[in-house]
Amino acid sequence: MPKSSFYEEEPFPSPVRQTWNEFRRNHIALLGLWCLAFFVLLSIFGPILSPYSALEQNTDAILLPPAWEPNGSTPFLFGTDSLGRDLLTRVVNGCRITFGASLILVLVAMLIGCAIGAFAGMSRGIRASVINHLLDAIMAIPTLLLAIIVVAILGTGLVNSMWAIALALVPQFVHQTRDVTRREFQKEYVTAVRLDGAGNTRIFFFSILPNMIEMLVVQATMALSIAILDITALGFLNLGAQSPSPELGAMLSDALETAYIAPWSIALPGAAIFLMVLSINLVGDGLRTALRNRLTQ
Amino acid sequence: MTPLLSVNNLTYCKKHKPWFGKKEIFRLAPVSFELRSGETMAIIGENGSGKSLLAKLLVGVERPTSGSMQLNGEPLESRQRKQRYRAIRMIFQHSKESLNPARPLGSILDETLQLNTTLSESERKQKIAQTLVQVGMLPEHQYFYRHMLSEGQRQRATVARALILNPQVLVADEPFAALDPSVRSQTVNLLMGLQRDLGLGFIFISHNLGIVRHISDRILVLADGNVVESGKTDVIFNWPKSEYTQRLVYAHQALVSR
Repeated sequence: MPKSSFYEEEPFPSPVRQTWNEFRRNHIALLGLWCLAFFVLLSIFGPILSPYSALEQNTDAILLPPAWEPNGSTPFLFGTDSLGRDLLTRVVNGCRITFGASLILVLVAMLIGCAIGAFAGMSRGIRASVINHLLDAIMAIPTLLLAIIVVAILGTGLVNSMWAIALALVPQFVHQTRDVTRREFQKEYVTAVRLDGAGNTRIFFFSILPNMIEMLVVQATMALSIAILDITALGFLNLGAQSPSPELGAMLSDALETAYIAPWSIALPGAAIFLMVLSINLVGDGLRTALRNRLTQ
Repeated sequence: MTPLLSVNNLTYCKKHKPWFGKKEIFRLAPVSFELRSGETMAIIGENGSGKSLLAKLLVGVERPTSGSMQLNGEPLESRQRKQRYRAIRMIFQHSKESLNPARPLGSILDETLQLNTTLSESERKQKIAQTLVQVGMLPEHQYFYRHMLSEGQRQRATVARALILNPQVLVADEPFAALDPSVRSQTVNLLMGLQRDLGLGFIFISHNLGIVRHISDRILVLADGNVVESGKTDVIFNWPKSEYTQRLVYAHQALVSR
């Protein structure tokens, strides 16, 4: 976009830019964003940087405490677990699996939910309510319980638990998208575009979707924190990712046996989960506040 | 000479049947009028008299129950919807609401052109800049979002959006209602100038009888969905026939002479 030279003394930010300006004023949310960015970078590049493999067992260094303890050693910065696997490598890989899987399943849930919601928002009458309330029964069951049922049918495993959680997250996206689509379709600018000869599909993608992106981002951050907690919970219950895999929840349940002699092997993956969920919630909260402030201005 | 737009016995009937309570019916009784090119027709009447509905019927937002409309002697069927949308353009009452908040003005105008013309991208850009200048804005305004524009500029933007397809008839639903007096007279002059230059037929709805008297050639008076009176502006203002019109005109004159 060429910079307009005319009213240069008065900056005119675009809606996205405005949200960012509002968001930036909230320092804690900004901290959360940095933290989240760190986790994203860690899950992309972390495994490349670490010298060990996540499954490599160092038999001469079993249950080594972290490097800051008196009898820890620097080659194993976070110490090792009961099989002599480097904990730092496992936590980094665990972040990748937990965070990446959650991100993918939220994206899948968002795509499916948005498609159904847009369809429901654009259709009328009985069809609209059938589509809209099709998945409502799922909302009545807690995500985790539903995931356990699905896992009981399909068998344990990371991918099955991802499907289960994605399915449980779809209805809220359906409702949000449908509400916004309904509301926006009544507005005059849609009538104006319709008078230009645009069909429903075009109106949705070109006129309504740009107005919906921020709502989707906020909704997705909320769903992401739920997804991370659920994936780790399933891993901890041995229903999701299975034992040798460095998924954070599975690591917690592994380390439970040696919790008293090696508390760091529980504390460190736990801290990673805690930081991840906290930063996502901070960002989501900050975004929501920024959006509200922008709209009330 | 065939009129630009002729409307014959246009009716609209909406039955609203709630599950409980009385059923409500709103109807627009047969409306007929003709509009020549370069002519301005005003529709006046109380709130809820069906003015906006008539405008919506004309531009094609709502479908009439019966009756027909002809543009240049050719019937307007639902088959050639695009042609109709191109020939009859609407200026909305709430200019703010009629612009998409998430897209800059240029992209809104560009979509209109994309859907209705076969111009290339550079030609579209040129056309947008040209139209913006035509309505008294700057080409730079195409990078502005709606919240960056003032109320008067938004009104101009909606005029630009209506004009960009070179329409034959403009339908405006209270285009001056939300403007302050100076901007209002600017917009009135803008529209009158454009009409003179382009030979548009102009139909507008207004409560402001001062403006109606100033710019319209003919007037259609509506009350409760019925046409009370129609005729030349001079005649209606000086010799109103029905009591309803008399009251409207006297109310206006009482305000002016005070």
